[in-house]
Amino acid sequence: MNEGQSTGRSNRLVAEALGCVRGGRILFRGLSFALEPGQGGLLTGPNGVGKSSLLRLVAGLLQPSAGICTAPQAKALCDDRLALDEHLPLEQALGFWARLDGQSEAAISAAMARAGLGHLAEVPVRYFSTGQRQRARLARTYLSGATLWLLDEPANGLDSDSVAQLGAALQAHLDGGGIILAASHIPLPITFDLSLQLQPLEELEACL
Amino acid sequence: MFVIRAIATIIWRDVRQSYASGGTWLPVIFYLSAATLFPFAVGPDRDLLLQTGGGILWIAALLATLLPLDRLVQPDLENGFHDQLIARGFSDEILAAARLVSHWLSFGPPLLFAAFLASGLMGLEGAALGTLLASLAIATPALAGLAVMIAALTAGLKGAGALGGLLLVPLAIPLLIFGAGSLSAQGSSALMFLAAISLLLVAITPFAAGAALSALRE
Repeated sequence: MNEGQSTGRSNRLVAEALGCVRGGRILFRGLSFALEPGQGGLLTGPNGVGKSSLLRLVAGLLQPSAGICTAPQAKALCDDRLALDEHLPLEQALGFWARLDGQSEAAISAAMARAGLGHLAEVPVRYFSTGQRQRARLARTYLSGATLWLLDEPANGLDSDSVAQLGAALQAHLDGGGIILAASHIPLPITFDLSLQLQPLEELEACL
Repeated sequence: MFVIRAIATIIWRDVRQSYASGGTWLPVIFYLSAATLFPFAVGPDRDLLLQTGGGILWIAALLATLLPLDRLVQPDLENGFHDQLIARGFSDEILAAARLVSHWLSFGPPLLFAAFLASGLMGLEGAALGTLLASLAIATPALAGLAVMIAALTAGLKGAGALGGLLLVPLAIPLLIFGAGSLSAQGSSALMFLAAISLLLVAITPFAAGAALSALRE
């Protein structure tokens, strides 16, 4: 099998004939799509079809088994893990990523405000509820300053106001020339330029 | 320049967390209790303590290495820190090297301090104390490296702590032989060998631990 590549020198996100094998099973193959700056892509499909794997692959956490993935250098992955120090107040926990991504103190406050967490800046992360934890993950993503946002179920656990807030943040990112690739079961209140429906490979082969 | 500052930020987070969580002091307290128990067990014979004390302090140092194993790599894998750093373009090897440095900073100096206190209980003084501290100072980077490698290899396994102990003991034998050997009369060549082994272990840690960490993502 051809070893795939993923490279990080581009301002677009381009996947050419991507394939992904997990645990000896082919999740998808021959997947091609492209997103220009300012465009958003929505991934849909049943559980276990490889949506998260595709996001991890684009993020550089998995090597494609075939094909080429070219993505912007600056990527922010928002998956189901918090990646914030639980014993620290939110502002300090986000501060670690701000220092790493070269963001200012003002950017931390702005990201917390956009995620609706401004009033919780001094509260240790371990006291957060499910929805607040999800908003903290989003705040970490907003703070990254990355061109490409990779969002895995970004609206999970959010109330309707927070979903609207998320939609505004996503729209602002697209308007600023960013790229979004999101997998979501919950409808997101923005218009996606591309909709990718992943299907289980066995069903696809049965159709052929 | 930016990369160096970023790595310093990562190391600083690890060190601060380890001192703040009290994880740093656990090996120290363990070390001191082991050293306290020994004179009670063998009796207050000064010559016997002088002869065996250095070796006991060395064994205690090896065992103290085991204590922090489960919090070296596993928590950052579980809560997604490691993946976030990889997505930002850091390699597993660089992150393993940073972990080695941060682990040594929170393990080496406190252990040396504890060894200094404990040597009083064994009646070690003067040149013998100097040699003991020198040998431990040379060996602690290697012990930290072994701990990081084993923590990365056993991350995600059930019973990782017990398995880690089984893995560490044989790998640490060369350090123990030359470390404790340096306390004898012809000790200076043993110190050289100890330094060579320590350098080797420190040099392979980023690659061995890095390979284990990348394999975990597959």
